[in-house]
Amino acid sequence: MATKSLKKQKNKLADANRQLEILSSGIFEDELPTFKDKVSQTHQFPLRPKGLEILQINLGYMCNQVCEHCHVDAGPDRKEIMTKETMQQCLEVIQTTGAHTLDLTGGAPEMNPLFRWFVEEASKVGIKDFIVRSNLTIIRANKKYHDLPDFFKQYNVHVVSSMPHWTRRKTDKQRGVGVFDKSIKALQELNERGFGMPSSDLRLDLVYNPSGAFLPSDQASMERDFKKALLEDFNIHFHSLFVITNLPISRFLDYLIASDNYEDYMYNLVDAYNPAAVENVMCRNTISISWDGWLYDCDFNQMLGLKVASKVKHISDYNEEVLNDRNIITSQHCYGCTAGAGSSCQGSVT
Amino acid sequence: MSKTYYDPADLRNFGKITDWSEELGEKFFDYYGKVFEEGALTAREKSLIALAVSHVVKCPYCIDAYTQDGLKRGITKEEMMEAVHAGAAIESGATLVHGVQMMKKYDKLSH
Repeated sequence: MATKSLKKQKNKLADANRQLEILSSGIFEDELPTFKDKVSQTHQFPLRPKGLEILQINLGYMCNQVCEHCHVDAGPDRKEIMTKETMQQCLEVIQTTGAHTLDLTGGAPEMNPLFRWFVEEASKVGIKDFIVRSNLTIIRANKKYHDLPDFFKQYNVHVVSSMPHWTRRKTDKQRGVGVFDKSIKALQELNERGFGMPSSDLRLDLVYNPSGAFLPSDQASMERDFKKALLEDFNIHFHSLFVITNLPISRFLDYLIASDNYEDYMYNLVDAYNPAAVENVMCRNTISISWDGWLYDCDFNQMLGLKVASKVKHISDYNEEVLNDRNIITSQHCYGCTAGAGSSCQGSVT
Repeated sequence: MSKTYYDPADLRNFGKITDWSEELGEKFFDYYGKVFEEGALTAREKSLIALAVSHVVKCPYCIDAYTQDGLKRGITKEEMMEAVHAGAAIESGATLVHGVQMMKKYDKLSH
C-alpha cells in the first residue's frame, strides 16, 4: 500500500500529459477504436451538454488516505486547496446556477480549513441536493472531525461515501489497513443521526468501485448484496449504492500497467461500450470546478488537465449559457463511463 | 501461428462462432444468456456454480471468465475456492464411486 501520492513519488504518471500519451498510443493506434471513432459510429460525436444539473466542486486534493485506485492521486502530501477567494466566486455562481445539485469532493473536502464555512454559506442558497463526498474515515481521523455527523445533519447534507466491499480484507487492501473498521464505526454514527435509515430524509449513499482490473457488476444486485451483508454483520443501513467503473487514469492506470492488465482492461472497456450510456454520461449535465477555480467537463478531465473547450474557462468568468454551448473533451479514458450500464459519480447511467 | 492450443484472445471472439452457423450459434447464446439471468437461483449463485463446473471441465476460458465474473459480483476468494472444492469433490467422488465396481468385479473373479 503506497503512503505517498504519485506526485510526491515523482512517478512519471503524475504528469497528465504522460497519461494522455499512453491512452492515445499502443493498442489505440492499430487494434482498438479511439473513443471518438466509437462514438462517431453511432453519430453521437461530439458530445454536447444537455443542460447543467450538477456543480461539482473539488475543495482540494489533500486526503487522510492514499487509496490504491484514486483518480485524484490524493493524499496527505497533496497541498492543493481551495482558497476563500475561489470559494466566494463559487458561492456567487451557486446563487445563480440552474443546477439543482451541488457536489463537494476532494481529496477529503472536510480537510479544507474553510469547509464548514463554505457549507454554511452554500446551504443558505437552498440548493435542492447538497452532496458531500466523505471518505468516512475522516470522521474518526482526528478529534476535530468527530462532530462531522452532527454538522452534516445540521445542514441537511447528502452524504456519499466510498465503501469498496463489505469485507474487511478487500476494503483494507484497497484503502489501507484499519479503513474498514473506521468506516463501519463512521457509518454507525451516521445511522445514529438518522442518515441512511429507511424512512429518513437524511440521505446516505455508498459508492462501490472494483478493487482490481475488472468491471463492476450491475448496480441493483451489488446494492442488494451490500445491504444484506452490512445489515446482518453490523446493523448498518444506507439508501443507495452507486457502482462506479475505475477509469484508466492516475493511480489506477499505474496499477494496470504495473500488473500487466492495461491492455486487457482497455479491451474489456471497449467491448462493454454501450451507446445508450453515452446519452447520460455525467459530463453532459455536470461542470467540475477545481480547487484553483478552473472549469472541466468532469472530475476525470480535471485530473488530466483537460479544461473545458469554451471561452469561459475559469470560475471568475463563469457564464452558464456560454458553457452550455461547448463540445465536451474526450479521450480513451471516457470508455470507463460508457461501459456496460455506464458510470458516473451518481453510479450507473442506464 | 500460435504456439499453444489455447489463446486467451479467443475468448473475446467467442461470439464469432455464429459466423459459421448463425442459427445454432444464436440459439446457443440466447440459451446461455437466459440460463445466467436471475431466477430461482441468483445470478451470484449461478456464477459460483459456473466457476466450479469450469474447473471440472477444465476450461481455461471459462475459468478466466467466471473468476472475473465473480470479482465483479463481489464474490470473495474464499467463496470461489469453496466452489472449486465442491466441483473437485464431486469429480473425485465420481472417480472413487467406480471403486465399488472394481471391488465387485474383483470379488467375483477371485476365490
